Amino acid sequence: MSVVMPQPDAAVLARRESIVAALSAIVPGEGVIASERAMRPYESDGLTAYRALPMVVLLPETTEQVSRVLAYCHREGVKVVPRGAGTSLSGGALPLTDGVLLGMAKFNRIREIDFDNRVVVAEPGVTNLAVTQAVEHAGFYYAPDPSSQIACTIGGNVAENSGGVHCLKYGMTTNNVLGCELVLMTGEIVRIGGKHLDAGGYDLLGIITGSEGLLGVVTEITVRILKKPETARAVLVGFNRSEDAGDCVSRIIGAGIIPGGMEMMDRPAIRATEEFVHAGYPLDVEALLIVELDGPQAEVDHLIARVEAIARDCQAVTCKVSSSEQERLLFWAGRKAAFPAVGRISPDYYCMDGTIPRAKLPLVLKRIRELSEHYGLRVANVFHAGDGNLHPLILYDANKPGELDKTEEFGSEILKLCVDVGGVLTGEHGVGVEKRDLMPAMFSETDLAHQQRLKCAFDEKGLLNPGKVFPKLHRCAELGRMHVHAGRVAFPDIPRF
Amino acid sequence: MMTDTLKPRDGKDVESAVQGALAEGKSLEIAGHGSKRAIGRPAQTDLTLDLSALTGVTLYEPEELVLTARAGTPIAEIEALVASKGQQLAFEPMDYGALLGGWPGAGTVGGALAANLSGPRRIKAGAARDHFLGLTAVSGRGETFKSGGRVVKNVTGYDLCKLIAGSWGTLAAMTELTIKTLPGPETEATVAIVGLDDAAAAQAMIAAMGSSCDVSGAAHLPAAVAASLPLAHAAGGGRALTLLRLEGVAPSVAHRQAALVARVKPFGEVVTIAEASSVPLWQAVRDVLPFAASRAGAEAPLWRVSTAPTQGAALARMVTNATGASCLFDWAGGLIWISVPDARDDAAAPAVRRAVAACGGHATLIRAPAALRAAVEPFEPQDTVLAALTKRVKEGFDPKGVFNTGRMWAGV
Repeated sequence: MSVVMPQPDAAVLARRESIVAALSAIVPGEGVIASERAMRPYESDGLTAYRALPMVVLLPETTEQVSRVLAYCHREGVKVVPRGAGTSLSGGALPLTDGVLLGMAKFNRIREIDFDNRVVVAEPGVTNLAVTQAVEHAGFYYAPDPSSQIACTIGGNVAENSGGVHCLKYGMTTNNVLGCELVLMTGEIVRIGGKHLDAGGYDLLGIITGSEGLLGVVTEITVRILKKPETARAVLVGFNRSEDAGDCVSRIIGAGIIPGGMEMMDRPAIRATEEFVHAGYPLDVEALLIVELDGPQAEVDHLIARVEAIARDCQAVTCKVSSSEQERLLFWAGRKAAFPAVGRISPDYYCMDGTIPRAKLPLVLKRIRELSEHYGLRVANVFHAGDGNLHPLILYDANKPGELDKTEEFGSEILKLCVDVGGVLTGEHGVGVEKRDLMPAMFSETDLAHQQRLKCAFDEKGLLNPGKVFPKLHRCAELGRMHVHAGRVAFPDIPRF
Repeated sequence: MMTDTLKPRDGKDVESAVQGALAEGKSLEIAGHGSKRAIGRPAQTDLTLDLSALTGVTLYEPEELVLTARAGTPIAEIEALVASKGQQLAFEPMDYGALLGGWPGAGTVGGALAANLSGPRRIKAGAARDHFLGLTAVSGRGETFKSGGRVVKNVTGYDLCKLIAGSWGTLAAMTELTIKTLPGPETEATVAIVGLDDAAAAQAMIAAMGSSCDVSGAAHLPAAVAASLPLAHAAGGGRALTLLRLEGVAPSVAHRQAALVARVKPFGEVVTIAEASSVPLWQAVRDVLPFAASRAGAEAPLWRVSTAPTQGAALARMVTNATGASCLFDWAGGLIWISVPDARDDAAAPAVRRAVAACGGHATLIRAPAALRAAVEPFEPQDTVLAALTKRVKEGFDPKGVFNTGRMWAGV
């Protein structure tokens, strides 16, 4: 593990017993987990290469408890790491050895379903899928659908601004959240937004969404729900060259079509998933595209025909339209099982998450192949093609000495490549600890300082999830300092009227 | 009041201007075309930072769905460019020209984002903030910073674009912006229900939004308001009109129109409005033409209220009962434009604030004489915790209060 976490505070660790006692007075009974054995399940999240045992795990049940815990920790200078279901792939919920791990699992109730206003008010520990399940009897659903949706929580989705295969058409979490109740590190409680479409004032909801648990702890969330489309059909298209597949995606969008989902896989990913799921994928193609159209039957039929025509124009070698709901789901079963499928052909895999301008795809894939040869590590590529979000899966064996380090280096090279071609470090998994030290590849010191001052407005002592997102910790007083050069010639040669 | 105006030519100039203002202890009003200048608290500034010379689209890749432009680029120019490729700004930015007595078609892309503009399609496609992908800006510290990127999916670092959107120039001076562009609809049609009162209209709009018809606009014009728009008058014969817009490819619009007509028939008499009339009608709703300055009076108080759609009718009733105000409903009842009879000296603020407190949401006094905007808080007052947090955010970006300070709230 190559990421250095903040130096544990010896003074806090020395007071562990009294801190746990004080917190036990706030969170009742089994909501306090302090034995090493019982804390073990919390030592990492979905990025399992990084582990640490927290000082104590707390599972509060009410906003008031969260508020009192944070107020206590603020007063006593104790760090806090919030956690949902622990499915983060970037180490966002990695515990700190001198910190409280604040698990939100007991906030697991849906507080209100309001079909007339098309919103659900949920506690943060409710799973993503449970929101859809609570409303699907009336024909509604919650659109963002990260692949971990069975397990991941809505609170975690807000922290990470989670996406999913449908976000090209329906948006990410940030486009589907209307309000929240937030507890600041001081213990103060703020309500932002509600059932109305804009919260008023500064868009703090837009900042909290995707803030990776560094700004506050969300205790209630209002999300929008949508009526399910009448129908959906998918087209499976094979290409001999990834360039053709990329071209096909561009031309579909260029023709004014925004599919409900548009996914691409390369040859290694196709092979691994087909052997695992038997979805009927062609094995002799370089790239496979799944294009799903949803909406009224008339619209879907009309657009499917146009997509087929575009695919043929783009040298597609196979083109199959789902003829039943069962077949559509089978097309998706392969894609949805891509990660575990790759897991079957390698002892370990490391999932990357960059976004690139789509036109750069052939270049990026070629460079990844070169890097793959250089590092002697295989790669399978899964791609949210519509929005340019690339998930290279690097295959490695953690039991081979040095192979994890080599994998991480390879991964860093891929992400820097994404930035070099005009893309970004992360499309949906977050920075966390994983990409923290790569932030300077994308942002200058000044850019990062502007972000960190926002952190200071929410958490002046830097106690909430420190060591994540930002490569360097700065004191807020130091960040706030400003040097004004009085007496210098002002407005040198700017046109003036 | 005449102020000295600085007109930077590029981002570097903007940085120098802000550094100069800091050095001299001067405050700056950030302006593009000044088309929304009359919104907010009237604040005293020493100089105007006019960004209208920072023009030009620097990148437009329709197939990548992205466009980058300098902040002073006219929004109309951008809309024309994307339309030439069959695309649109899906957030349907409204034009404040008619409401504020300015020219139609004025306004810059920077101003559109700083005010977080949106339109009737907000219920489906979101506001400007939902399409704001990246920015370069100069903060009140005189430093150039960037956030976001030029790709449509990105979670790297805090989403500062969201924060700057709707901050009315109080945090930073944007110099370049990247926004998402999307395919425009092939065609559109409107299904209208005639003669409903506000409460029944709310129910009809709820039924439409709860259908699979993918409604992209839902507005209600009470009789007096409908009568003021010739197109609405023609469709409803002077009666109230509840409008439901459908957009998309022709076979889809036809299919959904039939389904939607069947769905809303129980509410009242239904008429359909074809594309040729539907387009200008929704533009009139977007720009709130029934309450245009030329009609209502250049300084007649006008409120913009955002609330839960099911609360819209009740909220409006509370205000109209107390004041005799007139309302236009958009966003399926969740956006209410409230025009207050001219003569009032408090812009009916107590009635509006009371109604919002009872029903939820927030209200902004969009139009009123400067003296009234100084006396009545134009933006929704915040509770102490939120106000303190807002102030700390402002201080992080603009510790000396160089930019538009006091426009939203005192000291912010």
